[in-house]
Amino acid sequence: MISAAAVRTIVLKEFQSELRTRYALNALLMFVVTTLSIVLFSVGSENVSTDVLSGILWIIIFFSSMSGLSRTFVSEEERGTTMTLQLLAPPLVVFFGKLVFNIVLLFILNVVAIGLYMLLIGGFAVKSYGIFCLTIGLGTIGLASASTLIAAIISKANTKGTLYPVLSFPIMLPLLLTVITATRRSVEGAVFSEAIGEFQVLFSYIVVMLAVSYIVFDYIWRD
Amino acid sequence: MRDVSLRGTKLTKTYNRRNVFAQIDFEMSGTQSWAIVGRNGSGKSTLVKIIAGLLSATSGDVVLTVDGKSIRRDDQYHYIGFVSPYLQLYEEFTAHENLALFSRLRGGSLDADRVDALLRRITLHQRKDDLVRTFSSGMKQRLKYAFALLHEPPVLILDEPTTNLDAEGIELVYDIIAEQRTRGIAIIASNDKEDTERCDALIDLNAARTPDSRRPA
Amino acid sequence: MLKIVLGIWLTIVIVVAFAFPIVPQPQQWFEYPVIPGLEEKARILFFHVPMSWTTVVAFFVSMIYGIRYLKTKNLRDDMRSVSSAGLGLMFCVLATVTGSVWAKFNWGSFWNWDPRETSIFILLLIYGAYFALRSALEDEAKRATLAAVYAIIAGVTVPFFIFVMPRIMASLHPEPIVNTEGKVHMNATMLIVFLSSLAGFTALFAWMLQLRIRLARLEQHYYQKEN
Repeated sequence: MISAAAVRTIVLKEFQSELRTRYALNALLMFVVTTLSIVLFSVGSENVSTDVLSGILWIIIFFSSMSGLSRTFVSEEERGTTMTLQLLAPPLVVFFGKLVFNIVLLFILNVVAIGLYMLLIGGFAVKSYGIFCLTIGLGTIGLASASTLIAAIISKANTKGTLYPVLSFPIMLPLLLTVITATRRSVEGAVFSEAIGEFQVLFSYIVVMLAVSYIVFDYIWRD
Repeated sequence: MRDVSLRGTKLTKTYNRRNVFAQIDFEMSGTQSWAIVGRNGSGKSTLVKIIAGLLSATSGDVVLTVDGKSIRRDDQYHYIGFVSPYLQLYEEFTAHENLALFSRLRGGSLDADRVDALLRRITLHQRKDDLVRTFSSGMKQRLKYAFALLHEPPVLILDEPTTNLDAEGIELVYDIIAEQRTRGIAIIASNDKEDTERCDALIDLNAARTPDSRRPA
Repeated sequence: MLKIVLGIWLTIVIVVAFAFPIVPQPQQWFEYPVIPGLEEKARILFFHVPMSWTTVVAFFVSMIYGIRYLKTKNLRDDMRSVSSAGLGLMFCVLATVTGSVWAKFNWGSFWNWDPRETSIFILLLIYGAYFALRSALEDEAKRATLAAVYAIIAGVTVPFFIFVMPRIMASLHPEPIVNTEGKVHMNATMLIVFLSSLAGFTALFAWMLQLRIRLARLEQHYYQKEN
């Protein structure tokens, strides 16, 4: 009973809204630029290990998500249009629409962030592109799934901004650790089959997050 | 006209241990219009939201039946039109874009003719490509009616229906209510005598702490 | 009555944990074997592990009551959920601290990010997040609902900690005692004391939970009387 057409309508509405107001995109891009500058400044010309570099990349991506991915739900609550949506579509249509929007938004962010990162930090040179691309793909979907669900929760609370990373971090840690490991492998030039374990974890994380969302979103969305 | 009924059984709402209302019963059906009256703070808006499926009651339930089938909460949006001071439209979109969005979401695809017809009825057709942000409160109120009527719902719920409206707007609202009475159920929550005097039945929330609170107008 | 039994039980466990000597070749029934690398420090086994166990149990109890609340909408279930979480937080802090002290004596530093350490730390973060969320919601029903939802989401990621982390990081935690397949290679005496401690701590948790729930119910009655 979740119509694909309805989900698409929500996705398009989110994009249209974002293009008109540019709230999320601005926050995300500014955040990436700022954090990247700080990292570049502190790393300088040091030789930093691939371990650390992989970690830093995902720290940047994680906190950037925290600055922008909650807008989709928070803006509805702040403007009072949650009720409007409740009168227009079943809860899961709203959730999946906003999820797809966040996935695309995060993809755009990641392309920019990673592009800049590879360009500006010499020590971070990807050797196994297969592993790298699949990692980014699965990591983005996983991160967006968890973020969107938590965004729905905090949109109903009082201190939304600070609460978002506090709630998100513990449940995203398995994802982050896995994705950092896989990224490191891709920089070290590992063979694709060595990263299968990581991909299995990433894939199951996505499945689990989507399944949980399917079950609990109703309770979050409705009053 | 569809066969529609709304039955409320022992509806009670408490908020943080404060009792808003208790044990409300009603049975609405066919082509009736109902008024919900009560002092400010007596829970009119709350009750109306519960009937619309926007809020859960603390205990008791509301069952919407259309053509003999009871409708799940997830599907109720097809059958309910709702206007309220708390309702907000998307201000960064134009009037037309708002209605097109609603038409696509609720109806599955854009019914351009219907959108057009409604815009004319609420006399906002000339302003259809202006951002809602630029609208006056009266214009926004009228646009809310378009939102509520777009899918020709068998149940129309109006909370404070004539807020922000001039004489013409008020005429339009009474027109809409009269029309709704031929199509299905109309529910009006208001303290304005004029709004509620033509209704068939009444729920008085001033007396809402006693079990039997329904009496005909 | 239970209180007294519990008190005596745990006292015995504590005394036995410290009093029985550790010798290389246990002959008598009251002697523990030496575990290479641990020696005297092995005694912490009797406390640290039961505490870790209890905090995990407390979390799942909290999650289960949360699920019940979502079904029943009865605030009593929410109250049980939050009471359990409060105890879980306390045991989690204790587990983290005892673990950290052990780590210092054994491996030289207070924190090493080995999988078990990281897991207990994540649990601590989850408890923190749970209470932060609760304090940001004023409507009782909403607070109970969202807290339950978060507990479920966090609960669902727990398998990832258990199975994922050891894959990714090498472990410092002692293998001879409990390995990932759950087989136990413990000397009989130690096993008895250990299991007694485990039972004792679990019973302690259950008793404290009961107390907290009774207290919360009394508070509720009091406030209702006031209104």
